[in-house]
Amino acid sequence: MIVFYSFLFAFIVGGIICVIGQLLMDVGKLTPGHTLVILVVSGAILDGLGLYEPLIDFAGAGATVPITSFGNSLTHGALAEAEKHGWVGVLTGMFEVTSSGISAAIVFGFIAALIFKPKGKAN
Amino acid sequence: MDPQEYQQIEQQNTPPTPYLKNCLKAFLVGGIICAIGQAITFLYMIFFDFTDKTAGNATVATMVFIAMILTGLGLYRKLGAFAGAGSAVPVTGFGNAVVSAAIEGKTEGWVLGVGGNMFKLAGSVILFGVGSAFFIALIKLILVSMGVVEW
Amino acid sequence: MILFPSKPSIVACSAVAGPVESKSVFYSYFDSVSEDERWGQKTNEQGHSKMIQEACDIVMKKADLKNLDVDFFLSGDLVNQMTPTNFAARELAISFIGLFSACATSVSSVIIASLLTEVGASRFAIAGAASQHNAIERQFRYPLDYGAQKPATAQWTVTAAGYALIGKHDPKLPSVVAATVGKVVDYGEVSPFHMGGAMAPAAYDTITSHLKKRHQKITDYDLIMTGDLGKIGLKILKAMFAQTDATQEELEVFRDAGAEYYGEDEAFQSGASGAGCSASVYFSYIEQQMKTGRYKRVLLVATGALLSPMSFQQGETIPCTAHAIEITME
Repeated sequence: MIVFYSFLFAFIVGGIICVIGQLLMDVGKLTPGHTLVILVVSGAILDGLGLYEPLIDFAGAGATVPITSFGNSLTHGALAEAEKHGWVGVLTGMFEVTSSGISAAIVFGFIAALIFKPKGKAN
Repeated sequence: MDPQEYQQIEQQNTPPTPYLKNCLKAFLVGGIICAIGQAITFLYMIFFDFTDKTAGNATVATMVFIAMILTGLGLYRKLGAFAGAGSAVPVTGFGNAVVSAAIEGKTEGWVLGVGGNMFKLAGSVILFGVGSAFFIALIKLILVSMGVVEW
Repeated sequence: MILFPSKPSIVACSAVAGPVESKSVFYSYFDSVSEDERWGQKTNEQGHSKMIQEACDIVMKKADLKNLDVDFFLSGDLVNQMTPTNFAARELAISFIGLFSACATSVSSVIIASLLTEVGASRFAIAGAASQHNAIERQFRYPLDYGAQKPATAQWTVTAAGYALIGKHDPKLPSVVAATVGKVVDYGEVSPFHMGGAMAPAAYDTITSHLKKRHQKITDYDLIMTGDLGKIGLKILKAMFAQTDATQEELEVFRDAGAEYYGEDEAFQSGASGAGCSASVYFSYIEQQMKTGRYKRVLLVATGALLSPMSFQQGETIPCTAHAIEITME
C-alpha cells in the first residue's frame, strides 16, 4: 500500500509541477526556455526556504524528476558546504549533489550525436 | 484598416489556446514520467545498493538515458508536440534539449557543432540554476553570520 | 504596379520536392520527389542546394536549353546569406542575382525576370525559390528532435523548389501581364508561430493596391492565390475582405497554396509555409491548370515574413510583404 501511495503522490505532484509549466507557456506566453528557467529558480528558492526537501520526502520522484529539483539540489549542495566551510563552500558545494543530470546529459548527448541523425518528419 | 481593427479580426479568426486540454495532457504525461521515475528509484533501491537519498541521482541519469533513445528515434519530438510542458519540465526534457541540439550540430563538426551547440537550449537552465543557488546560499550565509537564522 | 506590354511568357516550369511532400495534394503535379530529404548529400544545406540544381536542370531540359542559353538565374531561399542558392548558382554558371523576399521570393524573382525580358536584356531567365524543412527549422526555431508544442496556428516549412523559365511572349503559353511590388506591412504580430496572422495584412495591401490601379474587381480573376498564409491566415484574409463588403462569390476566388498543400492532415496544423511552398505550387499546378485552359486570368500573391531568429529574440514585431503577378492565358 505504501508503494502504491508513493506512485500516486509522485504522479500527482509531478503532474502539478508540469501543469504550472504549461500555464506559464500558455497563459504567460513564455517560451519553453523562459518557463524552465523560472521553474529552476523556483526550485532553488524553495530549497533556500527549506521547503523542497519535505516535498521530496512526500512525493519522491514527483519532486526529484521535474527540473525544479535541479535548482533544489544545486542550492542544497551550496548550503551544505557553506555550513561546513563558509564562503568558499558556496562555490565548491554547488555541483556536489547535481552532477548526475548534467554529466548524463553531456555523455548521452555525445553518444546520441555518434549514433543518430536529425530527421524532419511530420508524424 | 488600422492595427486595432485588424487585431480584432485576427483574434476572431484564430482558434483559442485549449488551456484546459493542454493542462490535462501536461498533467497526465508529466505525472506518468514522474511515476516511471519512482519505479526506477525503487528498482535501484531493491536490486542495487542505493538508499532513497542516493537513488535520486541514478534515477535522473537513467531518465536522461531514456530521453536520449527517444530523442534519437524521433519519438520525444512527438511526445513534446502532444504533452507540452508535460515532457519539457521533467529532467527528460532537459536531456531532450541537450541531445537534440547535439545531434543537430553534428554536420558542423564535433568541436564547433556538437560541442558548441549542445547547451544552446539547456545552457540557460544551468546558468540560472547555478546563479540562483549561489545567491541563495550567499544570502543564507549572511543571515546565519548575522544570527538571524540558523543552518 | 508594373505593366508588361510585351507579355513575357512562362516557357517551362519545374517543381521538385522532398519525401514528406509525397503527402501533398499537389504531389502528382511535381516533376520529381526525392526519397532522401538530403538528396544524398552529407548536410541538409547541401541537400537544399542539390534540390535547387535538380529543379533548374529539369526546367532547362523541358525547354531543351543548355546553361549557356539562359541569361539570368534569379532565386532565393531562407537560409542565412542564402548559401544553398548561391552554391547552386556556382554549379549552374548562369549570371545570378540572389533575391531575398522570404517566402515571397517565388514572385519577386518572376517580376525581375519579366522586367529583364521586357527591356530585351534576357532571352531566357530562370526565376523561383526553394526551402528545405530541416535547414530552415534548425535556423528559425528549434533542433528538429526537440520536443516543443506548437500552437494550431503553426505551419510546416516545406521541402520543395519551384522554378519558372521566363522568355519572350508566346500566345500558347501563360504570360505575365502585370505585377505589383508589395510594401512592407507590420501590424504588430510578434509570434513566429502565427505567420498567417502576420502576413495576411501584407497580402491584403498588395491585392487591393493591384486591383485599384488595374481598375479591376476581384471577380475579374478566375483565381487569386496567396502563397503561404495557411488555413488560419487565409481565413483572416477573407475576413478582411468581408469587412470591406466583399460578397461570398468574390471570397470564393481566394485560395492559398499553404492552406491546401497538405490537405486536411492535422499533423501539419495550419498548413505549409516556406519559400518553396508557393513556388512549387505556382510553377507546377497553376501553370498546368492555365495551360489546360481551366484558368484564364490569375493573380499570384506570394507572401513573406521578414523576420530573423535574432529579431524575434530582440522582441521585434514581424514585418511582412507580398508581391503579386497577374498571369493570363489567351
